[in-house]
Amino acid sequence: MTRPELLRVEGITKAYPGVVANSDVSFSIGEGEIHALLGENGAGKSTMVKMIYGLIRPDSGTMTLRGAGYAPTKPAEARRLGVAMVFQHFSLFEALNVAENVALGMESPPPMRELAARIRAVSEEYGLPLDPSRMVGDLSAGERQRVEIIRCLLQDPKLLIMDEPTSVLTPQEVEILFKTLRQLSSEGTAILYISHKLEEIRSLCDEATILRRGKVVASCTPRERTAREMAELMVGASLKTPERRVAAKGEVALGVSDLSVDSPIAFGTSLKGISFTVAKGEVLGIAGVAGNGQDELLLALSGELKAAADKVRVAGRPVGDLGPVERRRAGLVAAPEDRYGHAAAPDMSLVENAFLTAGVRKELTRNGFVDWAGTRAFAEEIIAAYDVRTPGPDVAARALSGGNLQKFLMGRELMQGAGVIVINQPTWGVDAAAAASIRQSILDRAGEGAAVVVISQDLDELLEVSDSFAVLNEGRLTKPRPTEGLTMDEIGLMMGGAHGMEVAHHAG
Amino acid sequence: MDFGGINPVILIATLMASAVPILLAALGETVVERSGVLNLGVEGMMIIGALGGFVVAVQTGSPVLGFIGGAVAGAALSLIFAALTQVFLANQVATGLALTLFGLGVSSLGGQGYNGIKPPATGQLLPDALADLPVVGPILFGHDWVVYFSIAMTAVLWWVLKATRVGLVIRAVGESHEAAHALGYKVNRIRLMCIAFGGAMAGIGGAYVSLARVPQWVDGITSGAGWIALAIVVFASWRPWRVLLGAWLFGGITVLQLNLQVAGSGIPVEYLSMAPYLITILVLVVMSAGRRGKANGAPAALGQNFHASR
Repeated sequence: MTRPELLRVEGITKAYPGVVANSDVSFSIGEGEIHALLGENGAGKSTMVKMIYGLIRPDSGTMTLRGAGYAPTKPAEARRLGVAMVFQHFSLFEALNVAENVALGMESPPPMRELAARIRAVSEEYGLPLDPSRMVGDLSAGERQRVEIIRCLLQDPKLLIMDEPTSVLTPQEVEILFKTLRQLSSEGTAILYISHKLEEIRSLCDEATILRRGKVVASCTPRERTAREMAELMVGASLKTPERRVAAKGEVALGVSDLSVDSPIAFGTSLKGISFTVAKGEVLGIAGVAGNGQDELLLALSGELKAAADKVRVAGRPVGDLGPVERRRAGLVAAPEDRYGHAAAPDMSLVENAFLTAGVRKELTRNGFVDWAGTRAFAEEIIAAYDVRTPGPDVAARALSGGNLQKFLMGRELMQGAGVIVINQPTWGVDAAAAASIRQSILDRAGEGAAVVVISQDLDELLEVSDSFAVLNEGRLTKPRPTEGLTMDEIGLMMGGAHGMEVAHHAG
Repeated sequence: MDFGGINPVILIATLMASAVPILLAALGETVVERSGVLNLGVEGMMIIGALGGFVVAVQTGSPVLGFIGGAVAGAALSLIFAALTQVFLANQVATGLALTLFGLGVSSLGGQGYNGIKPPATGQLLPDALADLPVVGPILFGHDWVVYFSIAMTAVLWWVLKATRVGLVIRAVGESHEAAHALGYKVNRIRLMCIAFGGAMAGIGGAYVSLARVPQWVDGITSGAGWIALAIVVFASWRPWRVLLGAWLFGGITVLQLNLQVAGSGIPVEYLSMAPYLITILVLVVMSAGRRGKANGAPAALGQNFHASR
């Protein structure tokens, strides 16, 4: 099937001080084609699409749109020429309502009342129900994405760029999104689809361009390749699957019963009656779409949010009313999701950061003074064991790339020899090889008898590491079930289905 | 129609005028903060406006030109703040405090030689026939044009922020500068214009003190009005009509306690003097109580500098 060419990108190069984000990248997209841009984090996918959308300008290279030269200097120009983009982050305003958010992304929006009517019409047509007067801060992740998609559709785009659109959706929501995208494609809208999820790309995309370290390493037709082949092209090495050492289930190490706390976060979700137990050697995976209480659960377990003493028990000892330091002493360590500012103090060195959470359990103080030699040794131990790429332990945490810092922080918690380990998003923003090694070390710790709670939005990861599986939905936790034998459909139902999403049956 | 030596009609008419400097400065600061910038230099911009307005009015003999001069002076000083915070990304709190100190010092220096001079009067706008009507006359028709201007600005800003594209963009920038940047808005340029507008409004407010309220030049003439304006913006939840309410409440209680002092009330002077601050804050806190988190209207990006990376 040949399509008329819509966008051609030739020899695009973009360098930042110290790093070449894109080097001589070329590909082309036909009208109505769903084209995947595939690559690891840091492969240069986002930089590439930002250039197409006019947010940044390439150093060299040319782009042509429908045969004419295309060099947008700002997003408004790209939008005028029919290029629209759905962002992964950073483009919605929580304190404004849906219609206002849509209006901000349009060149000359109609009056609010008319705009609201058009939003309703378009959302009906594409099966993405949305109330224009609701505050975006009150919407679920899936609904927020609909706001972005509708904002684009109202401008009748020729090319729709989607940056990792499914990372925050339930499986059912993903299905609905794909239906919408296929409908758009059949109407002649080309879609540039960025992702690193290979199965999705195989089921959705017509063509794929694979980037590694800023260069095009391959292009292929995803339906004709296996996911593993594409993954190896993406990573440039063969991958190994983490192996699990089966440990005998021990006694209960962490018990939580009927835990309810209010959220300290604006637009947050309060926890409602959370109960579960984790035995020694067991990994409990907690899934759920972002914003359903994951951050709050971590805070409540780490001790940043306190509750009644007997709501949280570590090895039978009530710790619910203790703060983080006492809980660490009692044998519970926690690794929050936000690396810069919550898990680490970004402007302090790795040595100092190592002391901040490990000081208690590794006994890094003497008579009230910090034992710097011991702390440095511990930091170096982490760096060696977790293959953290850093010039040395004295560089600031901020100077490390996200994936490297994540490896360091995971190492810091996992190497304290704690009986209970709670981790939120262990491999977020980490490349596939490092993610595999982090998962391996989680399994190793469990094999040594630790009870581990992994909160994650990556279902594949949870299925890989966890023995039992539960879902957080609007602050409530489902009853944990054994992971073995769970199907995607069952998980989808546990996740609360599609949050009221349905494909509209429009009659012509 | 007096109560304990206090005439309520005169009281209301006076409070409307006495609230003008705080109201104008607070309205300007509302726009600045809605765009995500915390400018603590309101006091400095007001006093520079007071001096600029006074000098221009005395030199030209025209009070209207004086107010324009005040606006220009306030905006010019605010541009220093804008350059430091938006271009060089200096800390907004420290820069704002420095701006106040700088404004106080410069006005004291520049005001040398203007002590004891009387500026041209800013007269009432409407004919005496209207102003002499009983009760409604003094309250509705007996004011100079700046009082009407301040009320009109409240309505205009409310409408602009609520219903226009410009207002939406300002709110968006104050809510999330990253998102606004991703959509292609020039965050720092928009903020710079808001800062200049806030400076001009504070300047007019200051000019009203030296040209109409006092009216003469003395050092430190604004005596903390800029700080009250800042507080009113916060307690009014960044909403223009509540800013008007807060300013009038503060102005009203200030006038009332002065009248009570004159009338020789039994309450000690100290309590009377603190009453405007206490009651204004109390009322506005009660109004915004019961709403938590973002619902209180604070712009999410308030006080954060923005630098476009990648």
